[in-house]
Amino acid sequence: MVNRHSISMPFSGGKAPPWARLVGIILYIAITFGLAYSLEDILPRAAEIPLTLFESLAFLAFLGSAMILYYQPIPKVAKLILGILVLLLLMPALGLRNGYYLEVATQVGIFAALALGLNIVVGFAGLLDLGYVAFYAVGAYLWAFFGSTQAGLVLTSIKDFFPLGGEWFFLFLCLGVIVGGLAGILLGLPVLRLRGDYLAIVTLGFGEVIRVMVNNLDKPLNLTNGPQGISPIQRPPLFFMPLLQALGFDLEPRQIYPIYFYLLVILIALIVIFFTRRLDDSPIGRAWIAIREDELAAQAMGVPLVRTKLTAFAAGASFAGAMGVLFAAKQIFINPESFTLMQSIGVLAMVILGGMGSIPGVILGAILVTTLNLQILKALSDWLNAMRQAGTVLNLGFIQYAMKNLPVQLEPAKYERMVFGIVLVLMMIFRPEGVLPASRRKLEITANRETPPEAVSATPPVTGGGE
Amino acid sequence: MPLLEVRNLIKRFGGLTAVNKFNYELEKGTIASIIGPNGAGKTTLFNMLTGVYVPEEGKVEFNGNSLIGRRPDQITFLGIARTFQNIRLFNNMTVVENVLVGMHARLRVSIVHALLKTKRFQEQEQRAKIESVRLLDYVGLGGRGDELARNLPYGDQRRLEIARALAAEPRLLLLDEPTAGMNPQETADATRLIRRVRDELGITILLIEHDMRLVMEISDWVTVLDYGEKIAEGKPEEVRRNLRVIEAYLGKGVASSLTPEANSPRPEVETGFTPPDQAAAPTQNDGQER
Repeated sequence: MVNRHSISMPFSGGKAPPWARLVGIILYIAITFGLAYSLEDILPRAAEIPLTLFESLAFLAFLGSAMILYYQPIPKVAKLILGILVLLLLMPALGLRNGYYLEVATQVGIFAALALGLNIVVGFAGLLDLGYVAFYAVGAYLWAFFGSTQAGLVLTSIKDFFPLGGEWFFLFLCLGVIVGGLAGILLGLPVLRLRGDYLAIVTLGFGEVIRVMVNNLDKPLNLTNGPQGISPIQRPPLFFMPLLQALGFDLEPRQIYPIYFYLLVILIALIVIFFTRRLDDSPIGRAWIAIREDELAAQAMGVPLVRTKLTAFAAGASFAGAMGVLFAAKQIFINPESFTLMQSIGVLAMVILGGMGSIPGVILGAILVTTLNLQILKALSDWLNAMRQAGTVLNLGFIQYAMKNLPVQLEPAKYERMVFGIVLVLMMIFRPEGVLPASRRKLEITANRETPPEAVSATPPVTGGGE
Repeated sequence: MPLLEVRNLIKRFGGLTAVNKFNYELEKGTIASIIGPNGAGKTTLFNMLTGVYVPEEGKVEFNGNSLIGRRPDQITFLGIARTFQNIRLFNNMTVVENVLVGMHARLRVSIVHALLKTKRFQEQEQRAKIESVRLLDYVGLGGRGDELARNLPYGDQRRLEIARALAAEPRLLLLDEPTAGMNPQETADATRLIRRVRDELGITILLIEHDMRLVMEISDWVTVLDYGEKIAEGKPEEVRRNLRVIEAYLGKGVASSLTPEANSPRPEVETGFTPPDQAAAPTQNDGQER
């Protein structure tokens, strides 16, 4: 078992004993959950009080509990139990109360998996990819095509087969991994010789090519239905319905599907995290980072450049492919609008903000950017609007400002990109390595500890040289 | 059969012939040096031997395998490892990880094994880590394995580069100015280390070096390059008496003042350069035109 000491341990400062930490984290989870769950009952309804803003902040804090939990030096079992509690029980409970929470949590999961995939390419291997969303689109259209009547329009002779039944979804989830990986290799091959800016431009072009292709492939063969998009797309079947009813849960599909997709997303995100960590901790992961650090030296040390870079592209793209399949099923409807350059840049922002090459950092980046995007800025806008409409007069001591004079254009939700821009610029100035920077594992200690002392003597290593 | 055999190697950059019709043989177990003024083509030669540059013409045979057209990583796999003139470590990786990357060519494991963390994979990783730590002890970096490579002092970075190269289990180690920028103490340590690598591990060593004292002290065989051509080679004491070598380093005027007639007074060279050997008279190649 390799120890994951990190050079800096965020959220773990102080010298509190484990039991105190355990109590602390449980309290933290309870409080943030309680706030997110019941703020709307506690707070009085008034235009001046930004209820949704407080709610989304409480929710963000609750989401963050999973991250904080990860860094606590408490027993693994306790971590696992609390993690399951937060992700599998409390979150769905919140979701039954307020569907939007669950939607945000699902989006966070999707983007975390995407960001982890992009992190392999950008963070580990150091290959700047601005067209990452193309692989997501490939996965999404893969299932959208076969999981709707669209395939019947093209394959007319066997059109009765389509749409494929929902149970095919799981097979296509695996196919998404493969097709995504192949698309990654396809992009990787021509750009292998490029570095830095040149690579960024070509991948950006690739992303746009895929989007434009999808937009125009309604003729001569109607593969994508063009800008109108494909709908409806099959969802995975609720095969566990009888079980739920037997257990006494009488929920409608309308209530179940969000939780179902949430759980699927969490499952895939966990698998992605698991695999990413495994890769990071293997010769392949070390080769990626070596390429990022110094391509020439890496090659001179025996790292095959072509294969290693292609593996990075394929691994990153395969995560996106799988998430694309899931996205198509979740949305029921997809069109090219979901796969724009802004999406690629958004995912890249998560990687950079969180910390390139750092797995927890990238997940935190996904949480921050997604909630900022979907909740916090929107809540700010709603708050300003509510005050504007209610004719609130702000009393700032020496200035009285009537909110109805506030220009309607001032709507934070529309400034999403500006806010991103400012955040990223500030990050680059003050913390260029990201919120949770990557740290290297300490290997020497583990290597030493696990060998008998006499084995690590000063004897020369058995290196070849002559036969 | 020599370990390394180079025949008629030519490398041009545009109109410039960086290495011209270079012939070379290197016997197993020797420490050989390549010297020459700046721009003589020494590093270009290294880059051709390691597959970074593809020569225009010529043959390179290593241990019975032709190296022409092979990629750098394939050449490393065949048993040639190198260090770089300006240190090229993986700065943001730890010292141990740097050495582990050096083993990459030898770690034969598929991505599936890594994902499933099979027993074979774990054993191999553990062995690799233990061996890395041992290698670090060997070059004198014991206990510093978990520091980031960029945080090591200069001399230790050079040692780490050697440890990383040794991790590839080479038969031939190419060292590009291993003591550049070192103080006398560090140079002495490096010299000892290079000797030990040859004596204890049996690795043949080919080095580029500007420090004449080190070259003369350590080498079994010295080759001098100038303007891409081999102008002399032989045992250290032969080379240092070679007039063409002195010429290449100091210019023709100085060299002629060193001929037997103008014998004893030590030439005053303004750059402060000490000629390879002031007292010895050149034995051959007198008066040859450059």
